Amino acid sequence: MTIKKLLIANRGEIACRVIRTARRMGMQTVAVYSEADARAPHVLMADEAVLLGPPPAAQSYLLAGAIIAACKATGADAVHPGYGFLSERESFARACADNGIIFVGPPPKAIAAMGDKIESKKLALAAGVNVVPGHVGEIDDTEHAVRIATEIGYPVMMKASAGGGGKGMRLAYSEAEVREGFPAVKREGLASFGDDRVFIEKFIEQPRHIEIQLLGDQHGTILYLGERECSIQRRHQKVVEEAPSPFVSPEMRKAMGEQAAALAQAVGYYSAGTVEFIVAGNDPTGQGFYFLEMNTRLQVEHPVTEMVTGLDLVEQMIRVANGEALSFDQDDVHLDGWSVETRVYAEDPYRGFLPSTGRLVRYTPPQTGELATDEAEGLDGTDLEDPDHGLTAGTVRLDDGVTEGSEVSMFYDPMIAKLVTHAATREAAIDLQIGALDRFEIEGLGHNIDFLSALMQHERFRSGAITTGFIAEEYPDGFTGAPAADGLLRQLAAIAAFASMAQADRARRIEGQLGRRLAPPTEWQVRIGSASRSVTIFGDDVTVDGVPLDMALDYTPGDRLIEADFNEGEALAVRIAPVRSGWRLTTRGASHEVRVLPAHVARHAGHMIERPAPDLSRFLMSPMPGKLVTLHVEAGEKVEAGQPLAVVEAMKMENILRAGRAGTVGRVNAQAGATLALDEVILELE
Amino acid sequence: MSDLPIIEQLEAKRAAARLGGGQARIDAQHAKGKLTARERLDVLLDEDSFEELDMYVEHNCIDFGMDQQHVPGDGVVTGSGTINGRLVFVFSQDFTVFGGSLSERHAQKICKIMDMAMKVGAPVIGLNDSGGARIQEGVASLGGYAEVFQRNVLASGVVPQISLVMGPCAGGAVYSPAMTDFIFMVKDSSYMFVTGPDVVKTVTNELVSQEELGGAVTHTTKSGVADVAFDNDIEALLAARDFVDFLPASNRESVPERPTADPFDREEPSLDTLIPASANQPYDMHEIIRKTLDEGDFFEVQPAHAGNILCGFGRIEGRTVGVVANQPTVLAGVLDINSSKKAARFVRFCDAFEIPILTFVDVPGFLPGVAQEHAGIIKHGAKLLFAYAEATVPKITIITRKAYGGAYDVMASKHLRGDLNYAWPTAEIAVMGAKGAVEIIFRSDNGDAAKVAERIAEYEARFANPFVAASKGFIDEVILPHATRRRVALGLRKLRNKQLENPWKKHDNIPL
Repeated sequence: MTIKKLLIANRGEIACRVIRTARRMGMQTVAVYSEADARAPHVLMADEAVLLGPPPAAQSYLLAGAIIAACKATGADAVHPGYGFLSERESFARACADNGIIFVGPPPKAIAAMGDKIESKKLALAAGVNVVPGHVGEIDDTEHAVRIATEIGYPVMMKASAGGGGKGMRLAYSEAEVREGFPAVKREGLASFGDDRVFIEKFIEQPRHIEIQLLGDQHGTILYLGERECSIQRRHQKVVEEAPSPFVSPEMRKAMGEQAAALAQAVGYYSAGTVEFIVAGNDPTGQGFYFLEMNTRLQVEHPVTEMVTGLDLVEQMIRVANGEALSFDQDDVHLDGWSVETRVYAEDPYRGFLPSTGRLVRYTPPQTGELATDEAEGLDGTDLEDPDHGLTAGTVRLDDGVTEGSEVSMFYDPMIAKLVTHAATREAAIDLQIGALDRFEIEGLGHNIDFLSALMQHERFRSGAITTGFIAEEYPDGFTGAPAADGLLRQLAAIAAFASMAQADRARRIEGQLGRRLAPPTEWQVRIGSASRSVTIFGDDVTVDGVPLDMALDYTPGDRLIEADFNEGEALAVRIAPVRSGWRLTTRGASHEVRVLPAHVARHAGHMIERPAPDLSRFLMSPMPGKLVTLHVEAGEKVEAGQPLAVVEAMKMENILRAGRAGTVGRVNAQAGATLALDEVILELE
Repeated sequence: MSDLPIIEQLEAKRAAARLGGGQARIDAQHAKGKLTARERLDVLLDEDSFEELDMYVEHNCIDFGMDQQHVPGDGVVTGSGTINGRLVFVFSQDFTVFGGSLSERHAQKICKIMDMAMKVGAPVIGLNDSGGARIQEGVASLGGYAEVFQRNVLASGVVPQISLVMGPCAGGAVYSPAMTDFIFMVKDSSYMFVTGPDVVKTVTNELVSQEELGGAVTHTTKSGVADVAFDNDIEALLAARDFVDFLPASNRESVPERPTADPFDREEPSLDTLIPASANQPYDMHEIIRKTLDEGDFFEVQPAHAGNILCGFGRIEGRTVGVVANQPTVLAGVLDINSSKKAARFVRFCDAFEIPILTFVDVPGFLPGVAQEHAGIIKHGAKLLFAYAEATVPKITIITRKAYGGAYDVMASKHLRGDLNYAWPTAEIAVMGAKGAVEIIFRSDNGDAAKVAERIAEYEARFANPFVAASKGFIDEVILPHATRRRVALGLRKLRNKQLENPWKKHDNIPL
């Protein structure tokens, strides 16, 4: 039986991505959607669409019955579950089978086996997969603990069985530390959780998250398609993934791949799946990898594997679901070049990574496809066939499920898009990311583009010496924008002055002038932060503080992106937005407020007094007369900047009021139900 | 030539005039973060374009030892210059000379450039920084104020008048800026009030600072006396340059055109999804405005006052339009006293200077409440109605969502001689929201939830769309949101030669 019509039981980018492949393979596609997604791209893309219910996932995308019914109503003979939602629910896979619908994924019993953390670990152990050495049973006393620890090998982690949140955890590098720590953990466990059981396991130093992509068919073949490294995480949420991993040698890859495949064989696995490992970054032998869990679905980060293997994993999943045998074997799997994926999230790194929702007022992703060397550097018109430019710099791929005007709602995952690059080397793939991120325009809500770019530029990331603690270690006090080198600031100063000059030139083309048209000023003072630079522009000659700068660029008033070229070949893309007497320039992971004044005005600027803005951020004030519907916080509560604090209703509309900064709620002046005047202080932050 | 004594004398006089009240006072002015009168003109006008007049004018007061104190120019710098090549007349009060106080001669200088501006048809920009009347001169100074007031009134609607209040402006002096078209203020260094904090304390026993009583923030948020507040002198002056670029030189000229690369038919598909599915959910009207205007450039006036209505200038195909729009994010875009006054004055300015008016409508009605009624919303609301009704400039109106009740009529409706009245498919033109309507029409069903819901659905089906209004010709066309810019641009092209005159009258009697 061959699938003719595929229903995608998902939304957003993954639904769009599956539809693209299905369509290419000649299938009809059916989308499902919630009321919040009525105008979403995946709905518009599919041949048919079925409404499931109200926005909350539990009332829409998680309704297995409604999805089966949608299959029947539309005549879809198969379901692709994407990731999340119903993708790893055995019951759903089974329900599909019971209703004669092909589930594009693994067999239900494999989902079940891997869904249970303890069960999967046992299976892994049985299949000869490395698991983190540790002791699961009861530990009698300190002496017993010491014996166990010595067997496992130091360092070890002692954890209260019922512990969590860092409580009841002790690290021991020696026997002495076990003797000291074990009783303490026992006591803490009893005191905090009423349970003094303790378990001991090996502590993985410099942990890295590396996972193996598997692909199997229904005829018993299981192949591994190399690894992905996903160590760059923030609070267990993956942010950057890459394939291959800079840590993994061919031998290690083979060892990990074979263990993963053995586990899959053991549970009769087929379709795409991923075995996650924790890897000791300080163990150079390549043997320090340990099974974490197996994900029985297509992973979010599957594109990096596709880029280096040249395979379309969704296509393979569909073929396998059709009963086809894999058309290649392990020896045919080659990893070509390097691929990096960054996840663009609706969260504001400048405000403690608080989730952000709202409308994509502007959404212009970077150019995708295969880029020639010069195109990657931002110049147009390069002929790909030109022998001098025959080498491609690489490929930019974007998997997204939004368009300008889309709403990023609170109901679903805050991921806006996945930006994937592929190039010959890791460094080139990372550089492609930087260039593409610079050209990525998102307006209307907080997003992490600057943060992603900062990661791509971070020396430690570029060196490959990463761990799952990378973000916590490198950004302990949060994110304030990527540091900008003096050379970059000089270039930005020149760009700002150029844009101001172009604007002044256009302003001087207005009708009704007294005499001959004036030339725009050629000398400018540009202030970025507290530093001022003088820029002169005469034709093509640009100097910054008297030093010539080789710069070429086009700017027409109204442009939102500038493609500049420095020193004939050094490209810099800068997003530009007007602000009072200057610009906001965003590039290379930071936004810069730039003030630009013609020199004859700038000589007076020294007299202006910088007045710090009055700090009203400690007050939450009602922006309108209305009724306080909800107060989300109480006195003494800690809040993050941007956190919703209250809802004020006016003219039957609910307005969410957010914290202007982080702090602790002090005095609360109004309670829910209160009538508020304009600017009435609802509460104060301390 | 240069060694001729008379030339030397001229140079010496010029040097003395340029020094104003002397270096010590200039330093004091700078220490307050304020520029001097001449430095301000340097920033405001094109480089080297300022031509000063009356540099050697001195006061004529002999009382209280004033005959011993003479400073050439007498506390105000006047003349003309250009902004992006276009002629403007300017006066700039010099706080370093007698505290910028206004003498008879000082007033005369201002009057002279105002008279010239009216004769030749060019804007007047006043930079106010004055301690008030020259008390030594007594009534002569008061007479001077009145002479300026009289010219402000005569010039109103003839040439644009812009005031930049950049220092004190108190007592009778406030009435000159008050009668100009737009007022910009500088935060922390400027204030305007009829009576200052000391008098207020004596009379009403209220304790209030200058800033609180009449600072830039107060007047651009609470009172609405001023239009925009700026952080410092330079920002205010540079913004004034941008602002003047929008304005015709006089009521005899059409709006100035400048080139733009922005295509007239730029489509904005995202506007098709701007109106939320729920009628009670707000959206930001700025997005439509920015996506419709050239290059997203919108110079908003009174952005911090009566935010439920937006007013400001932009361009379509390089030519100025005045934009008025209800703002659903503030008070659901309702019309109240402040928003009616704000928009009415803006509409009248546009009409006086042949600036086409583009109106975006999403209005649930007039704001109910005892405070509003007792403060006279009837008369204040009528101002906006009156202003739209009398305006003869091209008027293009786009109803994006709600156009309810009397507020529908007010917002540049077809009935008020709207030239092109468009509606988005999401428009609802009705007497009121469905729920309210059903409660009145089907009063007997009140209490029967099922029946009420059914009636509401019925009413919505009938009126929650633009077609009933379109069937009566009240809406000229239902347009797709993404094509808004093209529709507006084509409309303005076609309306460029619009001719419409109101019946002759001495002047109308707008409900003030």
